[in-house]
Amino acid sequence: MKAKHQRLILAAVALCGVAGAGVLAASALRDEAAYFRTPAEVVAGKTTVGEPMRLGGMVAAGSIKRQADGLTIDFVATDGKASIPVQFKGIVPDLFAENSGMVADGRMRADGVFVADRILAKHDERYMPPQMGDMPKNMKVAPKV
Amino acid sequence: MIAELGLALLWIAAALACLSLVAGIAFVRTGKDDLAALVRPASVAQGLLTAAAFALLIALFVRSDMSVELVARNSHSLKPMLFKVAGAWGNHEGSMLLWLTILGVSGALVAIFEKRLRNDTLIATLAAQAALSLGFFAFLLFSSNPFKRLPVAPPDGQGLNPLLQDPGLAFHPPTLYVGYVGISVAFSFAVGALITREIGPAFARAMRPWVLGSWIFLTLGITAGSYWAYYELGWGGWWFWDPVENVSLIPWLAGTALLHSVAVTATRNALRAWTVMLAVIAFSMSMVGTFIVRSGLLTSVHSFAVDPERGTFLLVLMALYIGGALTLFALRAGAVAEGKKFALMSREGSLVINNLLLTTILALVLLGTLYPIVAEAMGEKISVGPPYYNKVAGPLALILCLVMVAGPLLSWRKDDGRKLWTRLPVAIFAGAVVLFGLVLFGGDVGVLPLLGMTVAGVVAVASLAPLWKRNLRRTPLPTWGMVIAHFGVAVALAGMAAESAFIKERLVAAAPGETVKVDDFSVKFAGVSPIAGPNYTAIRGTLIATIPSGASFTLHPEARMFPGLMGTPPTETNEAALLTRPGGQLYVVLGQAVTSADGTADRYQLRLWWKPLVWWIWLGGALIAVGATLSLLGRAQLLEIWRARRARKAQERFA
Repeated sequence: MKAKHQRLILAAVALCGVAGAGVLAASALRDEAAYFRTPAEVVAGKTTVGEPMRLGGMVAAGSIKRQADGLTIDFVATDGKASIPVQFKGIVPDLFAENSGMVADGRMRADGVFVADRILAKHDERYMPPQMGDMPKNMKVAPKV
Repeated sequence: MIAELGLALLWIAAALACLSLVAGIAFVRTGKDDLAALVRPASVAQGLLTAAAFALLIALFVRSDMSVELVARNSHSLKPMLFKVAGAWGNHEGSMLLWLTILGVSGALVAIFEKRLRNDTLIATLAAQAALSLGFFAFLLFSSNPFKRLPVAPPDGQGLNPLLQDPGLAFHPPTLYVGYVGISVAFSFAVGALITREIGPAFARAMRPWVLGSWIFLTLGITAGSYWAYYELGWGGWWFWDPVENVSLIPWLAGTALLHSVAVTATRNALRAWTVMLAVIAFSMSMVGTFIVRSGLLTSVHSFAVDPERGTFLLVLMALYIGGALTLFALRAGAVAEGKKFALMSREGSLVINNLLLTTILALVLLGTLYPIVAEAMGEKISVGPPYYNKVAGPLALILCLVMVAGPLLSWRKDDGRKLWTRLPVAIFAGAVVLFGLVLFGGDVGVLPLLGMTVAGVVAVASLAPLWKRNLRRTPLPTWGMVIAHFGVAVALAGMAAESAFIKERLVAAAPGETVKVDDFSVKFAGVSPIAGPNYTAIRGTLIATIPSGASFTLHPEARMFPGLMGTPPTETNEAALLTRPGGQLYVVLGQAVTSADGTADRYQLRLWWKPLVWWIWLGGALIAVGATLSLLGRAQLLEIWRARRARKAQERFA
């Protein structure tokens, strides 16, 4: 086999590899990228049930309810325009509290409850994620640890 | 005085960088040796002065000099000494000074120790390194002065972020930075060689130890950072695909590719342009990473309060350096003579595939990291998380490992593909044993972990194959290095796969006296007690874990409360407790107190994980670093240099 042919084959293999990687990346991004949504956007129907997403909002006053197992909590996330009930099972971050902000990773369930896999908590007052820039000023922010 | 002295040293060092750059350029243009003579001493002095300035900054933190803004914002007089010292680089300005220190010291080391490179290329390299330093000096002095005084000194500082108050901070960032910034030497070598058109095996052999050196630190830094996040964040994960983790992984991937391509150039004089290109890419990725982290474009653990001015400054610097290097590359690409030919089925061929895969993974990780920024610019807020990365990087990494099985067993230039199979039966058998063992007895294992463990089995055995039938005493150090590093990859891969396949998790609300079962452990929750640390108070849980043999171990997870200092709010952290066993680790986190319906509050949330083989991940990382170190010792030819010097001295004595 001539060197020229070999080079051509190598280039072709590389091109196929890159194209394959591109397709892989595009499909993975479509399936796995989670959108950041506010309760108002969820109510407006911007999300579909079961799609991975990140919900940001304030924990409504008086809405935190602990279930008897000591692990599951229910609360309502609100952005002032709309409210979404949220359920989470696990250890919540220490600064998770009513009337303060929170960001949760999870999915919408068919019954309209957002099931959170993880609740993100703030650890530093000096740090604020840009996603929270649109939130009301007086609202405390709960960024990811 | 100390702060002013530090600032003065920085200005002098910047002036020296300027001198190196100007003298270097003048030498390249005129070829006058007297100008070249300036470059080496100036580079050494610049490195020393920057290091001295950094030492002064540490001194300010140690003395808790609150009249310096940086100390007041990031330290507190009551903080333990280790964190006072480490606090010097646990912030933006300090870490940028550390960055400059490493840039300067790397240049100084090249000026002192590099003897193999042609003199004109060396001068051009040092000038390039000085040019890099100069830009970051400007950034530090004009927009991030670490020595800035406050008009009025506050009575005490605001303290260091409690999450950072861990011995990990003392080790992880400096190590990572040495690797991250040390790779700048490869960049400067590439620029120097492009300027003098000296791109060949001699240049590659000279560059190789420097690449290896920074890559070792990068590997250690990433490994240490992963373990730190694992025990400090209390989520039990060892890699989160956090943007800041990604930007340390990306230069590592580029460095790994470079390490392998420079081997081809050094040994076979092939892949010349590609090696130079990778050297440019590796440090460019370090700069992109710094820009992403420091400009606050991304949300992550490590994003400090940042301002856009700094981001713009860094963006301009980055555009200048990367654009300049790429332009130079484009201008000289024609002058880079075509390398030696080789067959696809050869050591070179396998290394080309290695490079292709590594750069593809790099591109996909970079894409995932940058995608949210692009999406946000178009009005959508998106986060790209672990599922994306696992999906794209996982399969490619496994294919890469398979190439790693074959590569070292192929001979240079040309090999017979059929013969390869005769060298592999033991390794394939090992993989088959693992696969069947897992399918038959492993229970419900996911596809990726299953493949991961199988490939780990094959790699573990195949990585030892280069030693087969060899006189072990005469095997050169670099071969040992390669074997150990590749074996380390297998160990780490096995740890990752086993952890994700067989992890056991329990989440409970337990009252004192209750026993929780997790895997083979029965863990008794004995209760909690309040304790006081040096600068925090904590609730400390006591758990007694008993294994089937009857032996028991005590664990103390803590929920710590750091008081707010100087107007900052209080912070709480969870300190996980770890029990390391030969088969893995038991990981326990203490959550909040639970109030029952009847008003009693004696139950506590507990999260327990049994993580099989998890510590193999970091053992593997350490083995990779050890292997690379052996290779470095071999490649730097320290022994040979020493022998030659002794022989020369002996000759002089006779003359």
